[in-house]
Amino acid sequence: MQITSAQYKHCDLVKPSGRIDSATAPQFAEALNQIMAKGQYKIAIDLSQVEFISSAGLRVLINTQKLCKRYNRGEVALASVPENILSALELAGFTTLFKIYEDVLTAVGSF
Amino acid sequence: MEVSRKPPIVHKAVFPARYESLASISRFIRQVAAQADLDSTVIYRVDAAVDEACSNIIEHAYGDHLTGNIECTCQIDDTALTIILRDDGRPFNPNAIPEPDITAPLEERTDHGLGLLFIRKWMDEVHYEFSGQGNTLTLVKYRNPHK
Repeated sequence: MQITSAQYKHCDLVKPSGRIDSATAPQFAEALNQIMAKGQYKIAIDLSQVEFISSAGLRVLINTQKLCKRYNRGEVALASVPENILSALELAGFTTLFKIYEDVLTAVGSF
Repeated sequence: MEVSRKPPIVHKAVFPARYESLASISRFIRQVAAQADLDSTVIYRVDAAVDEACSNIIEHAYGDHLTGNIECTCQIDDTALTIILRDDGRPFNPNAIPEPDITAPLEERTDHGLGLLFIRKWMDEVHYEFSGQGNTLTLVKYRNPHK
């Protein structure tokens, strides 16, 4: 898995690519933790290049969302979600916990 | 009248029970699922269920101090793709774990049990057996009979 991140005026953008499974989820969590450690809690995640996400990846998403939403200081928004990844999010009941945008620009612009 | 049946196709592979094996296990499962003529959505779901099952074996059956292998046997017959996962670890029955509440508000969501959803919802049959030698988990996905 590769991860890139960028800082925008109103949010941070994280773009993982490849597989997010039990082997790679800690790396995904670390990238998000580094952003939160800077006091940034408005995070857009571009999922367009993610081929696979397991429950280990979903755990990272839900734990990050809990931390970001605490004290109303921010939230995690998801963008460009591939069909298979979306069906995993739906199965886990995550589509009610995250705002999901069709493209990255709209997600970044939502903050 | 006798119905002629093709003999099943069997593939077997053994992987070290480590998270680093998950990508290799995925490649193996995807190849076999494609050979079973499953469509891409179903292949993804079988891949996900096997990933969760193997992650559970690595985390719960073997745990931090036990090492071993995951033996993965795949059988394609006329009706189904059957995936049998064997390990030599402690007993771990995924069927015994309760499902998480996926309608709870964010703060009440637990971060465990989600993997079992993928196994239960995305496979057609899940069978578990502990023999004394280890765990055997059998995952079955029916093939589309119209294909």
